[in-house]
Amino acid sequence: MIQYRVLPGPEHFLPPSAASMGICLPNPGEGHINGVIVPEEKAYEEAAKQFLMAKVPTLFPGPLVLWAWNEKAAKKATAIRHLYNTLKECVQPGQTPMLIPMPDYRPKYPKINPEVEINPNHPNLTIWHNKIDCCMFIGVHCHQANLSLKIIRGGTACYTMAMCAQAGHEDAMLSFRDASVEKIMKLAEWVKKLKGTVQPQLTSAKSRASN
Amino acid sequence: MSKERIKISEDLYDIMPSDYQDLVKSATYGKEDRGWKDIGNSKELIEQHSLCAGCPESMAFRYILASLPNPEDTVMVGSTGCTSLVFPMVAVHNIHSLFGNQNAIASGLKRALSVRFPGRTKDVVVLAGDGATVDIGLDMTLQAWFRQEKFTTICFDNELYANTGGQESGLMQKGFVAKMAPVGKLFDKVRLPEIARESGCHYVVQCTVSKPSLVEKVIKNAVMIAREIGPTYLQLYTPCILEIGKNSMEGLQEMRDSEKPTERFAYKEYISEPAKQLLAEMAAKAQEKKAAAKQLAAQGA
Repeated sequence: MIQYRVLPGPEHFLPPSAASMGICLPNPGEGHINGVIVPEEKAYEEAAKQFLMAKVPTLFPGPLVLWAWNEKAAKKATAIRHLYNTLKECVQPGQTPMLIPMPDYRPKYPKINPEVEINPNHPNLTIWHNKIDCCMFIGVHCHQANLSLKIIRGGTACYTMAMCAQAGHEDAMLSFRDASVEKIMKLAEWVKKLKGTVQPQLTSAKSRASN
Repeated sequence: MSKERIKISEDLYDIMPSDYQDLVKSATYGKEDRGWKDIGNSKELIEQHSLCAGCPESMAFRYILASLPNPEDTVMVGSTGCTSLVFPMVAVHNIHSLFGNQNAIASGLKRALSVRFPGRTKDVVVLAGDGATVDIGLDMTLQAWFRQEKFTTICFDNELYANTGGQESGLMQKGFVAKMAPVGKLFDKVRLPEIARESGCHYVVQCTVSKPSLVEKVIKNAVMIAREIGPTYLQLYTPCILEIGKNSMEGLQEMRDSEKPTERFAYKEYISEPAKQLLAEMAAKAQEKKAAAKQLAAQGA
């Protein structure tokens, strides 16, 4: 039997949940890449590489960090802004990092403005509109993140990552668990560390994202 | 909870869509005397909607959302129909139920909220169309009233299934011919306000939404009575202008015509004795507060 791997799509309409295909969540101190459990350090390196390779590397902060529920949430927001600023500093000409909020989960029917927000019920609209080829969810409640990651995998070629505060996400192509301010800052350090060592995939990214 | 709890993280404030920024800056969460007069002066809890141009239901939505006494701690339960197209755009917690299940869901929700938040006032308001309330969900509607569940049921009565093209509903008037009911209704409009009264509702009103101040009054009364005493029911006429062959600008006139004393939506109200007492106490308190404010102003001057 071929082992299922969580890879950039478009997989097909209604892709299976990765968990149902045998993908397991990482233990503390680990992450996963394409469904394979790896040491967390390896996940940092790969996440930084993916950001630096992408034409439109994007952070999607969710309600858990966009709204200042408590001091911890506000600090995470600061760390996310730092990560975004680091990305902007480290990318090469032609790459366009973005920071697009997911303010809440209302299935905004019949339309959202994909230029300024992403909605978990039709995330593909924002991905397609902005030609996003690599993204990271941070501060999105797990059930909405899973739904959204699955839709993205089903209908787009975007590489998805999750900085999850709980146990991680099988439906992302790369996932951290137990997200904290320190982990977000560490990822920013990795991006800085790999600056200039990764060749951006500018031409292929465009065609991948518009699939 | 009030607006104090709703804050955007400073470092991500600039990327938040403007409607969220406006909600935090100028919505009326936590405002004690909020009402329909805030419309136009503050951010409304309904950003936009996908109802037809001139739909009276959209007016009703705006007045109701402006009048809820405690929107930050209110959960609305909706059901299938035109209303379900609006709820995603509403900045009040809401649940979409299966068609007709709304009062059953609200019953469980209200009980769960009182267990989870024992010290806080949490209001539950059901808002559904006449199909969900009177036809498909009549069982759940009545059982909730029999059990004296403490929440408000609002029925947007447009006298047919408008969302699916005009089928006959229990609240359709006798003899009415709709697009998908060509024979015409053979029996009378179900008298749900009377049924509500007999089923244990403590506050029942039937009216149109042509007068915002009236809508504000009945919404506030219904929510406060439901909170303290027991079930309340409001039947609001929100005609479907498309299905009755009217133009966008004619919805308001249609409601005015239908609320005349001899017409089927003449104002109808029933208040139980305990509810009357509560309303009298509330009025006395409001009076006292007003007098105290007046005195304070006089002292200041």
